[in-house]
Amino acid sequence: MRRLIKHGSIIDDAWKQIDSNCLAPAHDQICSLEQWQNLADKTGSAVQLEPGQEPASLYAALEKIELLVINFPVFTDGRGFSYARDVREHGYQGELRASGHFIRDQLTYLQRCGFDSFQMADDAYLEQALTSLRDFTEHYQAAIDEPLPLFRRRS
Amino acid sequence: MYVYDQHDQTIIDERVAQFRDQTARFMAGEISDGEFLPLRLQNGLYLQRLAPMLRIAVPYGLMNSSQLRKLASISRTYDKGYVHISTRQNVQLNWPLLEEVPDILAELATVQMHAIQTSGNCIRNTTTDQFAGVASDELEDPRPYCEIIRQWSTLHPEFAFLPRKFKIAVCGSTQDRAAIHYHDIGIELVANESGEIGLKILVGGGLGRTPAIGSVICEWLDKQHLLTYLEAILRVYNQHGRRDNKYKARIKILVKAMGIDAFREMVEKQWSALKDGPSTLTEKEITRARSFFRDPSYLTLDRAKAMSDLEHDCARDPIFANWVTRNTQEHRVPGYRIVTLSLKATGFAPGDITAEQLELLAELSDYYSFGEIRSTHQQNMVLGDVQASALYTLWQRLQAAGLATPNIGYLTDIICCPGGDYCSLANAKSLPIAEAIQTRFDNLDYVYDLGPLELNISGCMNACGHHHVGQIGILGVDKKGQEFYQICLGGSQAKDASVGKILGPSFKQKDVPEVIDRILFTYVTLRQEDENFLDTYRRVGIHPFKERAYAQAD
Repeated sequence: MRRLIKHGSIIDDAWKQIDSNCLAPAHDQICSLEQWQNLADKTGSAVQLEPGQEPASLYAALEKIELLVINFPVFTDGRGFSYARDVREHGYQGELRASGHFIRDQLTYLQRCGFDSFQMADDAYLEQALTSLRDFTEHYQAAIDEPLPLFRRRS
Repeated sequence: MYVYDQHDQTIIDERVAQFRDQTARFMAGEISDGEFLPLRLQNGLYLQRLAPMLRIAVPYGLMNSSQLRKLASISRTYDKGYVHISTRQNVQLNWPLLEEVPDILAELATVQMHAIQTSGNCIRNTTTDQFAGVASDELEDPRPYCEIIRQWSTLHPEFAFLPRKFKIAVCGSTQDRAAIHYHDIGIELVANESGEIGLKILVGGGLGRTPAIGSVICEWLDKQHLLTYLEAILRVYNQHGRRDNKYKARIKILVKAMGIDAFREMVEKQWSALKDGPSTLTEKEITRARSFFRDPSYLTLDRAKAMSDLEHDCARDPIFANWVTRNTQEHRVPGYRIVTLSLKATGFAPGDITAEQLELLAELSDYYSFGEIRSTHQQNMVLGDVQASALYTLWQRLQAAGLATPNIGYLTDIICCPGGDYCSLANAKSLPIAEAIQTRFDNLDYVYDLGPLELNISGCMNACGHHHVGQIGILGVDKKGQEFYQICLGGSQAKDASVGKILGPSFKQKDVPEVIDRILFTYVTLRQEDENFLDTYRRVGIHPFKERAYAQAD
């Protein structure tokens, strides 16, 4: 089992990684978008989006999804930040996980955009990475973690 | 000007701490070059040809005297005793040491300055009219909106890894001095029939490899929707801007590919979800932002008397009189003038200013101009609020410090990037070209006779020197390892925006001043009455210029 950061702690992950060759993914397996679309029953499902796969196709079944993984094949491709905010703004309540090659220094932005779990490419430095989640205690903009912009909170 | 409270200060201080940690991890080999790249760029740090370059943010070009003193002291302690004013109104240090950058940022934070998002694929420093708040043709002061945008864009979690850099400019006056047509987003304050002021939004302008003039995406936006509308545009761009080719990644390419109508439709759809949400501006926030830009304590002066006193000073010293004509401008308050300090003396890199000059400017601004100084995208400095009666003594001080070159808006007031002497992106040097032109055209009477003229030089296609929008633009190109210069004519950054047209094959460095001379001669020969260079060019077209420029010596 791989370790990851969830809700600010390091845990072992129970979900099985995506297997795109598999025709009928097991219940505890993360599906590709295509596999997920073919699932008859989406209750408790897990699906992974890649850059270019916009979340609009998930809207209708958001409340059934238990885990939504947004993958970052390269850390400089920032589409996933918008995908995350978008699904949260559409009411997604389940686990929202960043996976792939994002870097520790992006954790605070990812968290602000609504991610609550982080599966880093290399899980050897998760303890150190945890500190990056606390880089900022104040923010100007509204985001998922703080729905009010500073100008509505300034004392 | 805007003053931080504990919230702003916390954000800036935490950013310094974050970057200090990132730098330490990079130096310890824990962050790769590739991963450190965007982290340092988003803090204004480039690793350049000879040394790192640190670009310090000057939000919408406004500084106070303690900030100038701090910049002077930083440039002495950590650099070589001078700084450079960039075409985004920012300040650049050319020789800092990587390991000292966190200390520089910590010092900047003590005077409410930073280097956040002065580079990288994120929202950059918002720019505006250097005469904001004092210009006589102003509808409303754009700076409160710039500050609102600054706060919204600073460390925005969603838009830090965009396809490419993103630049926003705001203009609140009849004449556009902020080049809003050449920004990813240009915002113009406009009045409707009942005199109410709203926002007109342009999108998809830009310079660089593919110059484009912005298209109107929204003719009228109520002010309270400013941030949600910007957020909608950015969200569409972040998801749909091209990421496969960095030369096609700016929003202008997306807007062009989709067409402005389809792009607008997509933005409106996105906006409908954000509109009236928590980021909608409150009346209280607009009032708060405005409160930082209220009039300083101007004296009530008699315009007629102030003008006659100034005329008297001018009459006794023609050199002073000439400087007043060339480098000062009408102020909206009677008895005051706007003074532009030229950083374009021949023999000095355009836009460079020494620590001593910065300190002098700090002192003069405290004494003559309510302690505020502006930097301009033409790479000069401005004292915005000088009493006309004080101009003579001010001029004497500036004259002694080499800051009174009377060339504002003329041929030798060249916009120029640092070029191949410093920048690792450059194809060619730009500073020696600027100097060669300034040296060749050292006869001020001839320069004045040419009338207002914008000559812009970039050392590469990235167009930091805005060559496309120079009435005369010069671009350094690399031809099999040799530096050549392409010339374009007819650019304009004003409301009648146009992109310059390439004259023809490029020239060798040594021939550039002669070619410029021929272009100017053609203009002087063909102009009608008071026609300026751009008007003549637009009337006669490029051919007469081309013919003359490429003519063989008789």
